[in-house]
Amino acid sequence: MIKFFLMVNKQGQTRLSKYYEHVDINKRTLLETEVIKSCLSRSNEQCSFIEYKDFKLIYRQYAALFIVVGVNDTENEMAIYEFIHNFVEVLDEYFSRVSELDVSFFNTVFHGTWQMHSGPYQTRSCSVTQAGVQRCDHGSLHPGSPGLK
Amino acid sequence: MSDIVEKTLTALPGLFLQNQPGGGPAAAKASFSSRLGSLVRGITALTSKHEEEKLIQQELSSLKATVSAPTTTLKMMKECMVRLIYCEMLGYDASFGYIHAIKLAQQGNLLEKRVGYLAVSLFLHESHELLLLLVNTVVKDLQSTNLVEVCMALTVVSQIFPREMIPAVLPLIEDKLQHSKEIVRRKAVLALYKFHLIAPNQVQHIHIKFRKALCDRDVGVMAASLHIYLRMIKENSSGYKDLTGSFVTILKQVVGGKLPVEFNYHSVPAPWLQIQLLRILGLLGKDDQRTSELMYDVLDESLRRAELNHNVTYAILFECVHTVYSIYPKSELLEKAAKCIGKFVLSPKINLKYLGLKALTYVIQQDPTLALQHQMTIIECLDHLDPIIKRETLELLYRITNAQNITVIVQKMLEYLHQSKEEYVIVNLVGKIAELAEKYAPDNAWFIQTMNAVFSVGGDVMHPDIPNNFLRLLAEGFDDETEDQQLRLYAVQSYLTLLDMENVFYPQRFLQVMSWVLGEYSYLLDKEMPEEVIAKLYKLLMNDSVSSETKAWLIAAVTKLTSQAHSSNTVERLIHEFTISLDTCMRQHAFELKHLHENVELMKSLLPVDRSCEDLVVDASLSFLDGFVAEGLSQGAAPYKPHHQRQEEKLSQEKVLNFEPYGLSFSSSGFTGRQSPAGISLGSDVSGNSAETGLKETNSLKLEGIKKLWGKEGYLPKKESKTGDESGALPVPQESIMENVDQAITKKDQSQVLTQSKEEKEKQLLASSLFVGLGSESTINLLGKADTVSHKFRRKSKVKEAKSGETTSTHNMTCSSFSSLSNVAYEDDYYSNTLHDTGDKELKKFSLSSELLDSESLTELPLVEKFSYCSLSTPSLFANNNMEIFHPPQSTAASVAKESSLASSFLEETTEYMHSNAMEVCNNETISVSSYKIWKDDCLLMVWSVTNKSGLELKSADLEIFPAENFKVTEQPGCCLPVMEAESTKSFQYSVQIEKPFTEGNLTGFISYHMMDTHSAQLEFSVNLSLLDFIRPLKISSDDFGKLWLSFANDVKQNVKMSESQAALPSALKTLQQKLRLHIIEIIGNEGLLACQLLPSIPCLLHCRVHADILALWFRSSCSTLPDYLLYQCQKVMEGS
Repeated sequence: MIKFFLMVNKQGQTRLSKYYEHVDINKRTLLETEVIKSCLSRSNEQCSFIEYKDFKLIYRQYAALFIVVGVNDTENEMAIYEFIHNFVEVLDEYFSRVSELDVSFFNTVFHGTWQMHSGPYQTRSCSVTQAGVQRCDHGSLHPGSPGLK
Repeated sequence: MSDIVEKTLTALPGLFLQNQPGGGPAAAKASFSSRLGSLVRGITALTSKHEEEKLIQQELSSLKATVSAPTTTLKMMKECMVRLIYCEMLGYDASFGYIHAIKLAQQGNLLEKRVGYLAVSLFLHESHELLLLLVNTVVKDLQSTNLVEVCMALTVVSQIFPREMIPAVLPLIEDKLQHSKEIVRRKAVLALYKFHLIAPNQVQHIHIKFRKALCDRDVGVMAASLHIYLRMIKENSSGYKDLTGSFVTILKQVVGGKLPVEFNYHSVPAPWLQIQLLRILGLLGKDDQRTSELMYDVLDESLRRAELNHNVTYAILFECVHTVYSIYPKSELLEKAAKCIGKFVLSPKINLKYLGLKALTYVIQQDPTLALQHQMTIIECLDHLDPIIKRETLELLYRITNAQNITVIVQKMLEYLHQSKEEYVIVNLVGKIAELAEKYAPDNAWFIQTMNAVFSVGGDVMHPDIPNNFLRLLAEGFDDETEDQQLRLYAVQSYLTLLDMENVFYPQRFLQVMSWVLGEYSYLLDKEMPEEVIAKLYKLLMNDSVSSETKAWLIAAVTKLTSQAHSSNTVERLIHEFTISLDTCMRQHAFELKHLHENVELMKSLLPVDRSCEDLVVDASLSFLDGFVAEGLSQGAAPYKPHHQRQEEKLSQEKVLNFEPYGLSFSSSGFTGRQSPAGISLGSDVSGNSAETGLKETNSLKLEGIKKLWGKEGYLPKKESKTGDESGALPVPQESIMENVDQAITKKDQSQVLTQSKEEKEKQLLASSLFVGLGSESTINLLGKADTVSHKFRRKSKVKEAKSGETTSTHNMTCSSFSSLSNVAYEDDYYSNTLHDTGDKELKKFSLSSELLDSESLTELPLVEKFSYCSLSTPSLFANNNMEIFHPPQSTAASVAKESSLASSFLEETTEYMHSNAMEVCNNETISVSSYKIWKDDCLLMVWSVTNKSGLELKSADLEIFPAENFKVTEQPGCCLPVMEAESTKSFQYSVQIEKPFTEGNLTGFISYHMMDTHSAQLEFSVNLSLLDFIRPLKISSDDFGKLWLSFANDVKQNVKMSESQAALPSALKTLQQKLRLHIIEIIGNEGLLACQLLPSIPCLLHCRVHADILALWFRSSCSTLPDYLLYQCQKVMEGS
């Protein structure tokens, strides 16, 4: 089960957060800081899975942006790892400029994800209309995945 | 069709956005509402956290003003919501906007509604009170004719919905399962999945509809239903075995690329769907050969297909390997899976390596040789730069630890422990080390030192069980008394040296352990006098860094030692110091010590040496206070009423109008008895009893109910367990095998060494020490003796009994020294009972021997002789028990006679009790076994009838049932048949009793027989039992019903829709009576009372009332799980008929 989905940049600013289990708002900030700290401390030679407290973090870095997914112990790490990439591909497909790595990236991503956030249909339909992008029916996201249903 | 809908939906947001300049998704960025845009830009431009905070607070206060202003339009509100969401995401409280989000969802047009719903799902949580306000909106939208609105409502339901309001929307969502648009069906399934997660009971009756969803022609709907199935199968796999075929077919289609191409991800067909299916198959095939056989083909194909070099295929492979190893094994598949693991482990990619290690950890217990194959990689990973990899490796090593490699593995773990700082890691690892040390410690010194390391590193964060278990282990000791003493002595010595060191700080828990051990076992020291130990403890006591809890432990230790010391100035100084302490707890301890110190005799009897393990006998009825109570009562004091009674009385006085049925009428009748002046309250009743019996028996404590584990000579069951130990302690030949393997390994190593560098050599050495004993263990497994590894510190059965008891028992140990004066009296009683004790023990011995004889009772003559001998030798003690002892031989003698009448007696029984139809559970060419259940009044009688189909005679056919967790299975006489004639049928019967409530259970067993004289065969079978098998009617009167009703705390209410055929109450109740074996007590108008009991005697009451076609069910029981379960069954019955 996925516990949360985060997009945080290197400066520790949260770009997108979605919690599937209720976390108190004060604890969220703390959690996000710790999560980004542990992601930043890792090098390329180290694996993309971190054990953090009683759950696992799976992260992927796109330029200066980290996408981090917190899962419990039963999840298949590699599947989540690829799922993140799928998510980014969908973003890329929908907002044709999402892969640009300039400064406006963050704004774009935010807007983009915001759209995803607000529109449960777009992503899905985007995957339908545009062949090649997999339908994001990934299971673990289900209890209330925002954009991916 | 679906595509058209999807496209319309895609176009929708575009349409809305077209109002603004531009259009289409790409333009959305440009036209994005400027306010949010500028907020985001503003925040990004800021450099410090402080500035950000200021900006957001400013933003929030302006938002607050806007949302509460009456002039704000919905469109502006939508815009505000967006900004609120952003602020809250950054961690600033925006709770003032919650209510407006709900309003927006209620009132807005499509786009505004959507933003409203989104904001609600992000802001609120399941139990938030505002969520209730959303229910109406959701209901309205679900009934809307606009597809988009329906979808939005379904989406929000699947994200967040109040549990208690599920019945309000459930029928609407159920209807949506038949909707013509697949997107609606899919969302409906997901909403039901959500319900299943938060309230499984409420959707149980629509399980059949999930099956329809599984067969849906749309892949999305099918995929959604898999989530529900995965969850349900995880809870109870036996109920869904029939679906295995469907899952296999689905997976075959997915793997074969039969899905639309849009489901491909990097040209892999629906990878996440595959993973989901593989997980389901793994759960279904676990320990089930028949089901597993169905899936071998498709697993093989998945392994073969997933050879593409892409991350996502590795994810599938990993899941495949996991499934292959969790189902009933097939050697070919295992081989392939092992190869896959090898590929992972050897991969240079770090993520794959991690997966490989994880997979190894899963399979290592089944196939230790795999670890041998990859030992060098594992060694490399152990020194990997990445701590995560290291930790995964340690986890792997933890699984392969045995008596030979324990020291190396624990050393590695300790090394890691010293480096890590994260609390969770420490707690986890410390627990593992302690567990391993207890299991496999090679010698005393190592054990104590390892535990010292555990305590000093784990300190105050570790699980409290660890020090408790350790102390218990020391106190209870092992089988060898001198060994125990040495261990204790070593512990004492090592603690004394640790305490000698200056300027070292130990965690409080460690100090507590030390003080307990020193207090109990310092007497083992030869040289050092108790005075010196006391001096050390005193020094600690005066230390400011020691917490007051630890000080209590320390002073307890001092008290224990004082009784051994002759006279000590330190003690006097200590008493002097602490009797004026500000800490009241310490002051009390000091006073106790002072009084005990003045009366040395009392002290010695109160604090005996090395008696920490003996159970304190506590008189729970407090009978020694009876005199005091009687005096109080005679002086006019009110009798004691227990808490719940007082509350009930208070309630009944307060209640003016009672809307609950029976409450009033029964409470008055129920209470008059209790309130009558002469009546003794419930509480005093108990002590009254004990006063009567207590007078007679004060000198011989009541021993019923107190488990007698300890006799004068020590632990009683030891005698029995020893025989077990002896049979288990034959590791000598195995060890030689191990050595052989070790040699083989080292030889192999040596041959490789020639070309390798020195570093490599070291690694090899480490490897051979790590993986020692693994190979031999596999041979043991082959022989079928998995558990022959002899544990150094074999815990006694008592330790295993109850974990919850552990904390309290150690508490007892410390308390033993502080037992109040009254306890001294009990100590005396204890001795007076030892006579009784020894008798008891002897009795046990005899019953043991009788059992032994029974098992080999070939001739009856010597048996009788032996029994007459034992009755002669202890005539007085066995006076009452003679009957029992002679029982077994009688039954064996009679068994032959009984057998012949068995068949006829069955017929009688089956007519007398309800029984199920016979069902075949297993068969082969020679025999077939079918079973049926007879629901007897006091138990469930399982009958297995075995038919010999062959024309040959079968010898010594025997049926055995494996012990099950929740049941007690007793064999009825006549179960082993010496000879079974050709083409005959014989029956075995077992009575099954329930030990603790459960929902679904399995009874497995096997039948074994000999064909001709030569080969023997075995056939396994299993039978499902449900709780329903143990429900019996409870025949009570309406008055009793009322009384019972009030006394039960667990209640469950639910409305059930009745089908038309049973619209009238009597017919509905009749159904319940027939199907669920409930007893109808009374039917009054539109209400009915029913009662049943769960064997042996847990009652459950049911009150039903009919309104139109709704049947309101109200259950109450003393057991918490029973009402839920019965409710589910009732629902099933009512819906099903």
